[in-house]
Amino acid sequence: MSENSSGKASKKMMNFSSIGAQKLIIFLTLIVLIIIFTILSPNFLLVDNIISILLATCVNGLLALGVTFVIITGGIDLSIGTVMTFSAVISGLCVTGLNLPLWLGSIICILVGTIIGTLTGLMVSRLKIPAFIATLGVMMITSGLSLVVTGARPVYFPSEYKEIAVGSLFGKLIPGFQLPNAVLILFIMAIIASIILNKTVMGRYNFAIGSNTEATRLSGVNVAGWLTGIHALAGAFFGIAGIIISSRLGSAQPAIGQGYELEAIAAVVIGGTSLAGGQGTISGTIIGAFIMSVLTNGLRIVGVAQEWQTVVIGAVVILAVFIDTYRRKKQNI
Amino acid sequence: MGETILTMEHIEKRFPGVHALSDCHFDLRAGEVHSIVGENGAGKSTLMKILTGVYKKDSGNITYMGKSLEPENPRHTQDAGISIIHQELNLMQHLSAAQNIFIGREPRKAKIFTDDKEMVEKTKELFKMLNLNLSPRAKVADITVAKQQMVEIAKALSFDSKILIMDEPTAALTESEIAELFKIIESLKKRGVGIVYISHRMDELMKITDRITVMRDGKYINTVNTNDVSKDEIINMMVGRTIFEEPKEESTALSDDVVLSVQNLSDGGLLKDISFDLKHGEILGFAGLMGAGRTEVARAIFGADKKKSGDIFIKGKLVKINSPQDAVKNGIGYLSEDRKRYGMMVGMDVETNTVIASMEKFNRFGFISSGKTAKVSKEYVEKLKTKTPGIRQIAKNLSGGNQQKVIIAKWLVRDCDILIFDEPTRGIDIGAKSEIYSLLTELAASGKSIIMISSELPEILRMSDRVAVMCEGRITKILDINEANQETIMHYATLRE
Repeated sequence: MSENSSGKASKKMMNFSSIGAQKLIIFLTLIVLIIIFTILSPNFLLVDNIISILLATCVNGLLALGVTFVIITGGIDLSIGTVMTFSAVISGLCVTGLNLPLWLGSIICILVGTIIGTLTGLMVSRLKIPAFIATLGVMMITSGLSLVVTGARPVYFPSEYKEIAVGSLFGKLIPGFQLPNAVLILFIMAIIASIILNKTVMGRYNFAIGSNTEATRLSGVNVAGWLTGIHALAGAFFGIAGIIISSRLGSAQPAIGQGYELEAIAAVVIGGTSLAGGQGTISGTIIGAFIMSVLTNGLRIVGVAQEWQTVVIGAVVILAVFIDTYRRKKQNI
Repeated sequence: MGETILTMEHIEKRFPGVHALSDCHFDLRAGEVHSIVGENGAGKSTLMKILTGVYKKDSGNITYMGKSLEPENPRHTQDAGISIIHQELNLMQHLSAAQNIFIGREPRKAKIFTDDKEMVEKTKELFKMLNLNLSPRAKVADITVAKQQMVEIAKALSFDSKILIMDEPTAALTESEIAELFKIIESLKKRGVGIVYISHRMDELMKITDRITVMRDGKYINTVNTNDVSKDEIINMMVGRTIFEEPKEESTALSDDVVLSVQNLSDGGLLKDISFDLKHGEILGFAGLMGAGRTEVARAIFGADKKKSGDIFIKGKLVKINSPQDAVKNGIGYLSEDRKRYGMMVGMDVETNTVIASMEKFNRFGFISSGKTAKVSKEYVEKLKTKTPGIRQIAKNLSGGNQQKVIIAKWLVRDCDILIFDEPTRGIDIGAKSEIYSLLTELAASGKSIIMISSELPEILRMSDRVAVMCEGRITKILDINEANQETIMHYATLRE
């Protein structure tokens, strides 16, 4: 018995160290990438470029945060990007058509995302439609609706709207420190996401459902209800991403959106969240999102053609999933 | 009856903590039907898994067709002519009968194309041999279970099998289908095929078999000619005298207050008209053979599966239980036989698994009061003497007995008064078993009411105040512990309608 328990104790150490190692690896990867690009190009570590990297991470980061919740339940969401666009479009139409104030437009944007998330959640949890199919459908529907309601034309916001993303609250307080608000929002939302995931009942159920849905149900937990809630929460994050993207562009572009889902999922996966569910961290997702934008930005600065940038990022995603699979196999989950 | 084609002698097999087979013997002649019988866990299926190469024996000899045989894997033994038809059929539902029979060895044209014509022709021949009226092109999903079984038999024949092992072949068949099957078994016998027939159904065994080998607790007991013995003699041999059988301790909190009353429960499938009462402080054992429907009763009461009809009363009040959520609200906790799948989140820590059913208690405006959850988890680790380095330990690193304790803690934290234990000691080693037993006794003494499903009769007899015996989806008898013994339980467990 005693030798049994000591064997188990060492196994436990191994698990913890391997999860820790995974996090360390992705963080070091980010640092190494930054060092490499700094060596390759003197322009990489300039303040302007850093800010442009941060800004470029915002939309993808927010989408990735939202979908992290869904992926930890063992699910998937392909409608991320088009829900973002649809929320922005509806918000834009309300602001321009009904002359609503911008703050109300922003709230509408989050609400639309939340409502669509709820509907997706109901389809997945109550109607038991496989998440891949349900969200594929939602992706196509929202993508089409965005074009229908706008007549395929961009919806222009009043110019003050830009302030939300590209203005700088920090810059007003500390002259010279022009950190865009969008970046601030990303970090605040990351902290909120982390609190939800780690400190709330919803977060605990989120992991439990991803870890073993049936055992969670048999513990008397309203799995369908919480799953719907988690999708709604993810939808709210997509809505916030909608605010940021339309604020940056000054308009809601109905034709964009598709493709964003894959970048967001890639960021989550690079960040070490398991597609099988039950495991994942917010910090990993944020680092994953930064790895993607550092790669994109760095490769562009050192003069790699855009086509090749995509190839490299694709390879990184495969490598990340390979590491995840290998780690799980070793842990024998 | 022909010459002996198979002998297994002095077969030994150990699993960690269990001596699964000790000095077991079995032999089979060409053209005979030979049954292996024994209670759940007697070692029948382990012996067959050794013969078919699923498990490796630790020692002993197997002689097959006059030569020594070392089964390597199921494919190897199948090629050698030993086929097994599992209780759960292994057919691909969306392929045709012929495609299923020749899967992996399809006749070919020009090496790369499948020769459907020849495959169908060959299948037709096989079906003719079996007197089976079925199109080779019929999709397996579209034909009855009985016909699917025939397809499996045809497949075994196509391997030119000398030995055919049938595991509970009649479990899913109707009376007339059974008669069909027996006709085919007779024709196989004439062709000189030796048949190992595993079944719990005594009456069938007496009818179809030539010899019966009895096993008990992993040991060989005897081999007899079916014509020389009665059904009761066989049951006596199966049950025997058991080694560690402690008398039932008195349940101190037992009273006549009915806590849970189930009336006329049916699920539209297996379960028919289940009615019983559970008293305050009682341990009600549920005995029966595999597939009798004990787990189904538990899951139906707990709301895990749909019910068709029937009422559940808790402390005299009619309650609606349509989901596990409802059951838990009414103070019922269910501990599944399959801990890893249904019992716990093995990838999460002891604390989460302890508090997962009781989040309302630790919920402060949506936030978990983590001081409280840690305190409660620690408290129950100490109370139940769970061996774990700490409450942050991942559950899968605990031993089976300690995992079970974590699950018990989950329901105790939730203040459940009615606990349903499904095979509480499955996969738990002997030392930890007695700990679980005393825990159950303590729970009952503290006023909890317990339903304990178990396939181990000594466990049932040691723990229960009363024993509900099930057979084929019905409760055939509720025995008082004074009248319960292995013979009476076995009698009612095989009492078919």
